[in-house]
Amino acid sequence: MTIGINEFIIVSSLLFLIGFLGVILRRNTIIIFMSIELMLNAVNLALVAFSRYNNTMDGSIFVFFIMTVAAAEVAVGLAIIVMIYRQRQTILVNELNQLKG
Amino acid sequence: MLLSALVMVLNKNAVNSAMCMIVTLVSTAGLFILLEAYFLAILQVLVYAGAVMVLFLFIIMLLDVDKGNNYEYLKQKFAFFAQLLGFSLLFFLVFNSFSKIYLPTTELVQISNVGEAGTIAFSNTAKSFGQILFTKYMLPFQVIGFLLLVAMIGVIVISKKQSTDTEK
Repeated sequence: MTIGINEFIIVSSLLFLIGFLGVILRRNTIIIFMSIELMLNAVNLALVAFSRYNNTMDGSIFVFFIMTVAAAEVAVGLAIIVMIYRQRQTILVNELNQLKG
Repeated sequence: MLLSALVMVLNKNAVNSAMCMIVTLVSTAGLFILLEAYFLAILQVLVYAGAVMVLFLFIIMLLDVDKGNNYEYLKQKFAFFAQLLGFSLLFFLVFNSFSKIYLPTTELVQISNVGEAGTIAFSNTAKSFGQILFTKYMLPFQVIGFLLLVAMIGVIVISKKQSTDTEK
């Protein structure tokens, strides 16, 4: 049983789709944030697969950088979510309508 | 893996969806191992399933978003199924490692050994990883370090400013 690049691309695009669905459908800010992480993860998977099948190292290095940026982003984003919760007592997106005219 | 991702997105309880997220991340690490990127797989488990998800769970606990959900009636059934699943997995593992009957092994399509000129061939050791990181990608590496520093300071500033505001 051999696995080509197609299977990895299919899995990673499905994962990206699920993360996108999460961003669209959910109202909880933390879940939306986790879905964004899931999308980043799907892109990582595709990058590693391409890097493996192209026989180059650049994709793996890129995944390394993406992971670092994602960690930093999670730290900042969660701090912002905590701040929003302290100010508004909610983290549901449809209740954050301060900018509504 | 895709199932747990779906459960993560659709679950009402935030803690449950975080747990399913951990399952998804660990299985992605398994796919990395299948792709012979061992270093990235270890990094995935450490950074994502370790640090990031602990941060998420901590924030969920801190905010206590979904109050008053009574999942008590489901807990007995879930615990039973979890025990069953865990024991069957353990039995399968032991059986598989001590018997001659193996799982159908998967193998990747062989990569061509002729890479283009000027590119570095794919390798799974951490040594080649570090070598490329410190020669070809030196500037992005330092930028990433600076970015981490900026993020750290930014988080400290955000939380500190808020706490002085609430004291006033």
